Amino acid sequence: MEIKIKVENLTFYYGNFKALDNISIDIEDRKITALIGPSGCGKSTFIRTLNRMNDLIAGTKVEGTILLDGKDIMKNEIDAVELRKRVGLVFQKPNPFPKSIYENVVYGPKRHGIKNKAQLDEIVEKSLQGAALWDEVKDKLHGSALALSGGQQQRLCIARCLAMQPEVLLMDEPTSALDPIATMKIEELFETLKKNYAIVIVTHSMQQAGRISDNTGFFLNGELVEFGQTDILFTKPRDKRTEDYITGRFG
Amino acid sequence: MREHFLKELEILKMMFLQMGEKVQEVICKAVESLKEQNLEKARWAIQLDDEVDKLEREIENKCMSLIALQQPIAKDLRRIGAILKGITDMERIGDYGVNIAKITLSIGNEKLIKPLIDIPKMATIIETMLQNSIESFMKEDIHMAKKTAEIDEAVDHLYKDIYEELHNILSQNPMGANQATSLLLVARYLERIADHTVNICERTIFMVTGDRVEIN
Repeated sequence: MEIKIKVENLTFYYGNFKALDNISIDIEDRKITALIGPSGCGKSTFIRTLNRMNDLIAGTKVEGTILLDGKDIMKNEIDAVELRKRVGLVFQKPNPFPKSIYENVVYGPKRHGIKNKAQLDEIVEKSLQGAALWDEVKDKLHGSALALSGGQQQRLCIARCLAMQPEVLLMDEPTSALDPIATMKIEELFETLKKNYAIVIVTHSMQQAGRISDNTGFFLNGELVEFGQTDILFTKPRDKRTEDYITGRFG
Repeated sequence: MREHFLKELEILKMMFLQMGEKVQEVICKAVESLKEQNLEKARWAIQLDDEVDKLEREIENKCMSLIALQQPIAKDLRRIGAILKGITDMERIGDYGVNIAKITLSIGNEKLIKPLIDIPKMATIIETMLQNSIESFMKEDIHMAKKTAEIDEAVDHLYKDIYEELHNILSQNPMGANQATSLLLVARYLERIADHTVNICERTIFMVTGDRVEIN
């Protein structure tokens, strides 16, 4: 078991509101970690701390440590832009730029100074193949990304992430806006992606967590109630609150 | 709350209880028919088992649709799993009842080679075990399940006694060989019924705790 991200005693505030309370969790490399819990439980806030996306929100405060390959990413000397290159985030709703498919993929690499056409072409092909989209779009790379279906757009966003050669992929409900077929394609894609990346996925679908993840964490009111192997958490949870949530006896 | 699912689960448990009651009736009637040499009662027991089989299929179908439509997990999944396995045990118990009733029919009105004492004694214990195994399942009472399963040892002892007694009769009275063999089979069926009730008890414990236990 290789730990990619080690979170220790993480507490997070929006103003005076404590959104995360003393979270400790190990994110394994080349494994899928699913985070489940009701809306407002802190799971999205949590994954946004992993690439310091919350830095962009005024009035927030973080305590504790987040070690990426043993290095604390909360330290001031860490370049947040560089960090987000290593830890990519895919959002709930596909959000391609209103540009061509090609331009969407090379946007990040170009901003990081890559100008060589042949090199960019290679990044495009590799990233789109990595996101299982290449075969569907290779003949229309210069067509608008907005003309793609929702599922294709989401895979394009994943490709855009992959173009930065990240080490960790964070996914915030990546399939909640997609139909079952597009969802299945993305879920199958995760299986391939996890050979090269540590993946953390926030999902509202317990079945999805069960289908795709190796480890699952259950968040409630900013607390990580239970974390462990997915097959155990869904068959024999330790905490009654987990059992109540996953079996739908909540609220 | 998953009101609809919980209601369906409750219905499923009631069907399981109903099947349990029917099986108890089959066993009770079958053993009585043997004791009283009542052929009519034996036929009744055999007929009753058809209802047991029908209930088994209905419960199995319901379990399948709940799994497909509601995706139960954790304890809910173990509940449905326990029911799915439990009905197989109960169906088997019903079949043993039918076997006993068929022996009643084959002995007919022929005079018994010995008064039946230990077999009815064994049957009484088994009826209690069966009743309690179903009750412990319904109440999710693991203490009761464990206590019930432990009674199996007494059944095994009785079976051993009956076996030895009938074995002696077989060697001393070849004329009674047919009946002795039949009664030996009855004792064997009863002993197997007890084993199946132990399975139900063990599964109740697994359903509640998630832990596998093997009693006896």
